[in-house]
Amino acid sequence: MEFYRSHVLVCGGSPCVAAGCRAVRDEIERSVREQGLDREVRIIETGCLGPCDTGPIVVVYPEGTVYSHVTTGAAREIVSEHLVKGRPVKRLQYAGELPAVSTADEKRTDYFQIQKRIVLDNVGIIDPESIEEYIARDGYLAAGTALTGLRPEDVIDTIKRSGLRGRGGAAFPTGVKLSYTARAEADQKYIICNADEGEPGTFKDRLILEGDPHKVIEGMVIMGYAVGATRGYIYIRGEYYVSIDRIERAINQARWLGLLGTNLFGSGFDFDIEVKKGAGAYVCGEETALIESMEGKRGEPRQKPPYPGTSGLWGKPTVVNNVETIANIPPIILHGADWYRSFGTSTSPGTKVFTLTGNVNNKGLIEVPMGITLREVIYGVGGGIPGGRSFKLAQTGGTAGGCVAEAHLDIPMDYENMQSAGSALGSGALLIIDDSHCIVDVACSLLHFFEHESCGQCTPCREGTARLVQIFGKLREFRASQAELDLAMELARVMQGSSLCALGQSVIVPLGTIMEHFQGEIQAHLHGCCSAGKCPPSGAASASAS
Amino acid sequence: MTVVPDAACHCDDSFLSQVESVASTYRGKPEDLVLALHDVQALRNYLPREALRVVARVLDIPESRVYGVATFYSMFSTTPRGRHIIRICESAPCHVMGASEVIDSLLDQLGVEMGGTTADGRFTVEATSCLGVCGVAPALMIDDEVYGNLVPGDLLEILKRYK
Repeated sequence: MEFYRSHVLVCGGSPCVAAGCRAVRDEIERSVREQGLDREVRIIETGCLGPCDTGPIVVVYPEGTVYSHVTTGAAREIVSEHLVKGRPVKRLQYAGELPAVSTADEKRTDYFQIQKRIVLDNVGIIDPESIEEYIARDGYLAAGTALTGLRPEDVIDTIKRSGLRGRGGAAFPTGVKLSYTARAEADQKYIICNADEGEPGTFKDRLILEGDPHKVIEGMVIMGYAVGATRGYIYIRGEYYVSIDRIERAINQARWLGLLGTNLFGSGFDFDIEVKKGAGAYVCGEETALIESMEGKRGEPRQKPPYPGTSGLWGKPTVVNNVETIANIPPIILHGADWYRSFGTSTSPGTKVFTLTGNVNNKGLIEVPMGITLREVIYGVGGGIPGGRSFKLAQTGGTAGGCVAEAHLDIPMDYENMQSAGSALGSGALLIIDDSHCIVDVACSLLHFFEHESCGQCTPCREGTARLVQIFGKLREFRASQAELDLAMELARVMQGSSLCALGQSVIVPLGTIMEHFQGEIQAHLHGCCSAGKCPPSGAASASAS
Repeated sequence: MTVVPDAACHCDDSFLSQVESVASTYRGKPEDLVLALHDVQALRNYLPREALRVVARVLDIPESRVYGVATFYSMFSTTPRGRHIIRICESAPCHVMGASEVIDSLLDQLGVEMGGTTADGRFTVEATSCLGVCGVAPALMIDDEVYGNLVPGDLLEILKRYK
């Protein structure tokens, strides 16, 4: 299989042809050949990409950089600046957003061949603002099948048998969760889609919502039918302006076609969805904090039990699921549990959407079968580490996930194996860090995040995160002692046992794995040595920063 | 509770009646307090105490709770801010891609500390956790616009676009 580090898509729709895209394509091909990049860069002419009035349009993958009004001169510049030097030519960039650009059709490019797309099968292919295009790709067929042909318990049974587990990080079996709420007696039940994506390094939910919003709506309808809930909410980050706009548009389209509202598919089942906007709080990704926020309060986690499944929003039985989990449901209903189980591993069936970031050549959104190794992702899909550096560590699952070293690159990425490596799949964030970085500096950055985002409700987390920042800050300045480091680890363990929610409980995960895998480097800092040369001695910090 | 008068807020009657009319959309829906605060904040880019009091009255919620919510979420501010809000990410994915240099350069060019507002009232710089565009780290957001793949040299040109 051939690998190209970059793909250049040139829009070949009629308006672009009229605007001169053929000359642009020829110019790009010529320049790429002249620069000797023809084995690294592949040039493809595509169908219409959308905003024809700004053509000719050129898209460069994997960055997904969109260039508009491209002239032949601009084409040469794109090749010499972007493709040769890796510097996107900002001046030529398209100012708006182009949904088709977040990903590409797997059949079209080699970059996507490792991937198996279940959740993302429409993203980058259909116009997310067109319900017709979604329907044309079997959209709402699963909801129709479920509501008119399956009993609610059959739907839950299929989801249970599929082995789908929560994709937000906790990996709880989705079918089991649905069955709790289905069994609960109540005059009103709710479905909540958790789109409060705040885990650093994670942006999959955003791109799912922006690229295929109807799949999320359809998944919620099916879940509502399964548990007997008639109201759904999508709680979405306040900063995700495009996602909010797109999902609201999609909801209106679905209402217009009678796919949301009353008597869906003539089945007598009613279901409607409302969008709730967050206002910037990482902790609201925790389901009970999210519910508090939806009730118009400070987003502080609740004591559990009771769990939302039996007592959630307004004390009513509530299913809270992550965007990606919900997007898996229509395909499972449509193709069956056995089909779904044919992907991934026996205990972690299906695929996982990962976001690949940091020191890796191809950053972005990927969907791969569970059980793929980190090495395959980094060196296959990711195209390796740039700048001739070597791999140092990967943090998997976001800031609350563990750090794995070189020795763990060949562990299959599924729930069980990642856990036994001391890490977690978590939200699907894969942050790759090369050997130019100092582990203490990385730890300081992670701890700073926890301190910033601790909601302040419970003492272990509020005080613990602050003390950890202090101790590692000292370590960074070569002023910490072994006793203080021991204290830090003890503190993290106490936080694990006594914090109210996962935020404080999980600080031990990155910290513990860092201490385990990078013991030598940590010890060196006790003796005034930073091999990466990142940590300045005390007093020099401010001088070097200015 | 003693209320410290907000000197910076020229909270005259016309502003407060504007607040009242915006908040009235959510009358009878105290659960929509967060949405109401988003809308009220859009008027002046921050939430003056007097405005919070109006929101509390219209939504029939204790003022203490409104204040509690307004100070909990990072998108809300109870102190005056500049015309444009720069949110710059300092989480790990941006950090390893060189966010520190960009942050230092940004604060240096604007002559402010993190959290500060420029003397001309043009910008307020706020540190934020992840913006969800980590594929183009390091990133920042000005109002509702996101900029990625930043190097310190990009800043001047970006800042020039905002008056």
